[in-house]
Amino acid sequence: MAELIVVGLIVGSIIALGAIGLTLVYGILKFANFAHGDLMTLGAYIAFLAFRTGGHLGPLSFGPGMIAAILAAMAFVAVLCVVIDRLVYRPLRRRNANLVILAMASLGMAIILRSVVYLRWGPDTHFYVTGIQQAHNFPLGTKLKPDQMFIGVVAVLSVVLVYLLLYRTKLGRAMRATADNMDLARVSGIDTEHVVVWTWLIGGSLAALAGVLLGIQSHLMPEMGFDFLLPLFSAAILGGVGSPHGALVGAFTVGVSQELSTEWISPAYKPVIAFVLLFAILLVRPQGIFGAKKQ
Amino acid sequence: MSVILEADGIVSGYGEVDILHGVSLLVDEGEIVSVIGPNGAGKSTLLKACFGLLKLRKGKLLLHGEEATGLPPQKMVRKGVSFVPQSENVFPSLTIVENLQMGAFIARDGFKRRLDEIYGLFPALAERPNVKAGKLSGGQRQMLALARALMLDPRLLLLDEPTASLSPLMVGDILEKIRDINQKGVAILIVEQNAREALALCHRGYVLVMGKNAMEDTGQNLLNSEEVGRLYLGG
Repeated sequence: MAELIVVGLIVGSIIALGAIGLTLVYGILKFANFAHGDLMTLGAYIAFLAFRTGGHLGPLSFGPGMIAAILAAMAFVAVLCVVIDRLVYRPLRRRNANLVILAMASLGMAIILRSVVYLRWGPDTHFYVTGIQQAHNFPLGTKLKPDQMFIGVVAVLSVVLVYLLLYRTKLGRAMRATADNMDLARVSGIDTEHVVVWTWLIGGSLAALAGVLLGIQSHLMPEMGFDFLLPLFSAAILGGVGSPHGALVGAFTVGVSQELSTEWISPAYKPVIAFVLLFAILLVRPQGIFGAKKQ
Repeated sequence: MSVILEADGIVSGYGEVDILHGVSLLVDEGEIVSVIGPNGAGKSTLLKACFGLLKLRKGKLLLHGEEATGLPPQKMVRKGVSFVPQSENVFPSLTIVENLQMGAFIARDGFKRRLDEIYGLFPALAERPNVKAGKLSGGQRQMLALARALMLDPRLLLLDEPTASLSPLMVGDILEKIRDINQKGVAILIVEQNAREALALCHRGYVLVMGKNAMEDTGQNLLNSEEVGRLYLGG
């Protein structure tokens, strides 16, 4: 039981990275980005492409090459997000496309990204590093591999950085202001297109990071990110769409509940838990835990 | 006196529809100018067009005698013009002080000094700088909206129906505050539904009907005019 909770927290921290990006993009651009999961997938595969094996960082299964691969994946996906925005979403925004059209466009983008992954890497699973890693024993009978600890530490650090950015910097304040009211932000002299670019850079790099961490936690598959979309949305909606700490709390709730459920039901059905949580929160508190009521 | 804002023959509107059919107006340094008129006359549209929120299909805009036609809001702010929208004019999830920081977003320095000046003008805001704007009452919100727009020390303030949906008590407070702001040398262009109050407040007023200039005179003369009284002041 304790072990499931720990694994749930690890998975939850990966969900958190994706869900925070999803919620930031939603907050600023007001549409559900269905391509977010596939941005994770692409990030994972870009890191796979850039990863050079060799060496070990302490007890980890990989060497410094992984750090370089992670940074490369984050940079690539971040810039790609800005390019996609310029080519697809911004022209639609300029024509005052409604959120359904933007969401459908992102669904199309999701399929394109996944197809690119299929074309380049095929349908088979890939591993960054093959072989079995020795797990360490912790109190209450929990076992944790060093790689899993790495995932947890990197995810937590990244979330802290995003928080500092949002609540301690001028850019962060401008992002929150733009999420609150884009028209008023423009009226105040804020260049909102600039804010949009930063939102994609942050959301994209977090998605890529989440993808790589998910790949380290298990393996790489072309559907890995798309399958992750449901927990991502559950987490974001559970916490209140547009709220970063909502996404954080939602992510850990979904992660732990999914893993805990495997105590009683087959792991194949654990995504159902994300669905059940989603329904429950929509029925009881549609604006989410931290979401603001519509004015 | 020198002219701050000059709008000449403005044609503008939403989508394909023209709302303004060639409107002209002037705002002098230190003046309060009000625009009144029936619903749908294009009062708010005129204000948005003057701030670059709407494209001008015809006509031109001059700021301090310089060409300003087609400048986006970000540029207008840098030229000393601030705008307070009618509704949703604060950032609800940001605190009072964060809202004011957003008002001063493009300022490089002097934030602290300006903040003290603004707190002097709006003491109620200074009492609880860390309260989220979304938790404020309608009147306090309107005060914060004015304060946000004043953070850059503008020469001209555009106000879109600042007393709409406020209690009669608050209406007086807000109008009083607008007079205070003007006393400090800020020119004000105000669009109002409360025509009587607006005319009593302003130096000069324009009456807009169907997207065209209908009348123009001092506030007092318009207030005393039989025609204006009959048509727009309810008797």
